[in-house]
Amino acid sequence: MGKFNKTGKREMPELNTSSLPDLIFTMLFFFMIVTTMREVTLKVQFRVPQATELEKLEKKSLVSFIYIGKPLKEFQKTMGTTDRIQLNDKFAESSEVQDYIFQERENMKEEDKPFMTVSLKVDADTKMGIVTEVKQALRQAYALKINYSATQRL
Amino acid sequence: MAKGKRKVPGINASSTADISFILFIFFLITTSMDTDRGLARRLPPPPENTENQEDVIVKERNVLQVRINKDDQLMVGGEWFDIKQLRERAKEFISNPNNDENLPEKHAKQLPFFGNVMVTDKHVISVQNDVGTSYNMYIQVQNELVAAYNELRNELAMAQFGKSLAECSEDEKKAITDYYPQKISEAEPKKYGGK
Repeated sequence: MGKFNKTGKREMPELNTSSLPDLIFTMLFFFMIVTTMREVTLKVQFRVPQATELEKLEKKSLVSFIYIGKPLKEFQKTMGTTDRIQLNDKFAESSEVQDYIFQERENMKEEDKPFMTVSLKVDADTKMGIVTEVKQALRQAYALKINYSATQRL
Repeated sequence: MAKGKRKVPGINASSTADISFILFIFFLITTSMDTDRGLARRLPPPPENTENQEDVIVKERNVLQVRINKDDQLMVGGEWFDIKQLRERAKEFISNPNNDENLPEKHAKQLPFFGNVMVTDKHVISVQNDVGTSYNMYIQVQNELVAAYNELRNELAMAQFGKSLAECSEDEKKAITDYYPQKISEAEPKKYGGK
């Protein structure tokens, strides 16, 4: 029957790629919405401890971060290998924490200020001495809502 | 010169995909998707003046002393403890199921859904750590204590409403939280000797 005869060469029809940009754009927008910009370049290395009773940090705009850990390899020459505090993009002492909190609070909207949360990203091997100093500074600055960053233990 | 209509040539759009790919990859690299999770705690406000701090006298039976030393050893109420036992001990302390003399005293309290109940609302768990304690140990202890509260609240929700705490309404959650208020106090840090 004529329906099934294989006469003549068949050519592969060209794939229509005109919607490819739209597809990629959709993916792009998806990622733009669900992810957040990395705000600081880390200068300390840390591995947060594991725990089970975790709560999610809501609203990234209300959260300020304090990092504590050993300086990265390239900074160890100048900063040594003891645990350091990182605020924004630079190393800091615990005495500077209070100023940092005030600054962060200044940048917030008035109605958001009471809900300010400080997330402590601290390396599991850190000694409590430095953490306690930071905690005391936070108390002095009236940043009382804190969150010890941790990963889920399975 | 020009005669007739000229056709506008269509712009070649085949590279739009590449351009959007580049944008896409840029966003993949510069952003992070990790949802931050952690133990939420509330710090006590700073002491106004140190003189009046000693006014609050807490009965000994109402306090559970949890101490961690510089070698990450745990001491609960004067005994050496393993971290695995802490949760059970804390649960027993918070709820005081048998009205034990040495566990926190109970007070009558009027709560919605529960009516007049006896709760141990005066209890305090006091956590004290050394300068040399590792942060990991500290978090483990905090985690166990929070877990003790969560388990108790969940058990209560199961007994009272027949569902887990997560499924309860806001009012029910509030009543349960009032039944077992979280009272973990962190003692003012002390420095024992040098490092």
